[in-house]
Amino acid sequence: MAFVDWLKRRLVVIAGLFTLAYLLLPNVVVTVFSFNDPKGRFNYEWQKFSADAWTDPCGVADLCGSLSLSLQIAFWATLGATALGTAIAFALVRYRFRARGAVNSLIFLPMAMPEVVMAASLLTLFLNMGVQLGFWTILIAHIMFCLSFVVTAVKARVMSMDPRLEQAAQDLYAGPLQTFLRVTLPIAAPGIAAGALLAFALSFDDFIITNFNAGSTVTFPMFVWGSAQRGTPVQINVIGTAMFVLAVLFVLVSMLISNRRTKQKAQSRSEPL
Amino acid sequence: MAAATEAPPPLAPPGAEKKPPRRRGRWMPYLLLLPGILWLVVFFALPMVYQASTSVQTGSLEEGYEVTWHFATYWDALSDYWPQFLRSVLYAGAATVLCLLLGYPLAYLIAFRAGRWKHLIMILVIAPFFTSFLIRTLAWKTILADGGPVVGALDALHVLDVTGWLGVTSGDRVLATPLAVVCGLTYNFLPFMILPLYTSLERIDGRLHEAAGDLYAKPFTTFRKVTFPLSMPGVVSGTLLTFIPAAGDYVNADLLGSTDTRMIGNVIQSQFLRILDYPTAAALSFILMFAILIMVTLYIRRSGTEDLV
Repeated sequence: MAFVDWLKRRLVVIAGLFTLAYLLLPNVVVTVFSFNDPKGRFNYEWQKFSADAWTDPCGVADLCGSLSLSLQIAFWATLGATALGTAIAFALVRYRFRARGAVNSLIFLPMAMPEVVMAASLLTLFLNMGVQLGFWTILIAHIMFCLSFVVTAVKARVMSMDPRLEQAAQDLYAGPLQTFLRVTLPIAAPGIAAGALLAFALSFDDFIITNFNAGSTVTFPMFVWGSAQRGTPVQINVIGTAMFVLAVLFVLVSMLISNRRTKQKAQSRSEPL
Repeated sequence: MAAATEAPPPLAPPGAEKKPPRRRGRWMPYLLLLPGILWLVVFFALPMVYQASTSVQTGSLEEGYEVTWHFATYWDALSDYWPQFLRSVLYAGAATVLCLLLGYPLAYLIAFRAGRWKHLIMILVIAPFFTSFLIRTLAWKTILADGGPVVGALDALHVLDVTGWLGVTSGDRVLATPLAVVCGLTYNFLPFMILPLYTSLERIDGRLHEAAGDLYAKPFTTFRKVTFPLSMPGVVSGTLLTFIPAAGDYVNADLLGSTDTRMIGNVIQSQFLRILDYPTAAALSFILMFAILIMVTLYIRRSGTEDLV
């Protein structure tokens, strides 16, 4: 009975950790199989240990080219979507204007639409206009679907901002530009950063919309898709593993930095003047 | 949404829309909006119009298409592909329910029980976003491989007998069956369930739990009467964020399924990119869009959280 009681009390923790294991299992498999030395073209069965792929991650034709193309697109898409999205978020939170409801719906719809519908409709536009598919059409599409996510992230942050801080700055004779640069922007920065990070991840990982609008241009997800049919090189697992590790490290470091900052602030506040 | 803008200040939720209008520069909001909104109008709204027009065209790729208001395309598409539509709804529905069942304990764990592990678990939920989801989906091929440990264990536990009887697996294999596709869909969209659930659970005041306990509510009663109702906004947005993309997905059905598990996304993809029958493809994607819009509207009405969207 004691065991049953213990189990009952721990049920949530056990179920939660089971889900976490389910979430991370593929990442473990990707990591393990990055050290595989597969027979044949497909890397689905464990053969024997080898670190060859790690020493030569670009050893497969076109793989690193597609990777660098994806990084370039993600960079420009993040820049574009963050600039456009931040402006929209500020307008929505700070101003009352006509057509606010319509703008809100236009922001919401791309997030509520299945990707395949957006992908297909954008392709009909490009086909009708006779636009050459490639780098630019991918970039246009990525900015389009990242935009709403940036708006949502920045809006959440700007909404929770105390407007009195800006009023205080103006009372102290700061001009509008000065108020914006010295007060508003620093406070909104975490929201903008979150939006940008999300845009980067979404753009880098997008397959469905890119598949429709890329023409013969091959981004990294499209390379992986193609390799699922032709044979998957181990290098794909190496890059998957490296990205996971980098992401975890990046988030850990940024958390440590922000933790230290809040601690410093707390200390400087508690010191007597 | 429209009502919220005119709500008197005392009724507005804390932290939302409390800013008085600024007098300076009436043109300022429009200037800020213009570039982004223009982008969405030209590359999101306008394409929908083009697609609508494509769906009522007839003709061929060689001779060109013409708008002939041929609405029969919709009827033909629906009668040809209703099994794929049905399958998309079933698979996405099953994946959504599984995501809720799997995601809730983890969201609860992060919000209330994780203590100092909270940030680490959160990172582990988000970090897979940065690894290509295609690579991770391919990993399921290895995990569910014929004769592999997972399939062996399921077989030993006689799970495969039950799922085989239900028709979601066949014989002693899981790959290339509906179960594998639903497993992949559940996996891929699970974080989209966990994050909104976590956000709404996090907002719950811990003292409410104590109060329920003081009033002699058992833990499960507390959950049923206090925690779960208060997490409803998270449940609603989580299920929407899971169901909508899952219904339009074709990657999982393609990589983990077989020709018997094709979803509507697979049909739209092949009509557009391989068969090049643009009117049918456009009609199919419009039917998918409207079906989802109708289902989502009904769902939001029923769950009574219209202020959410």
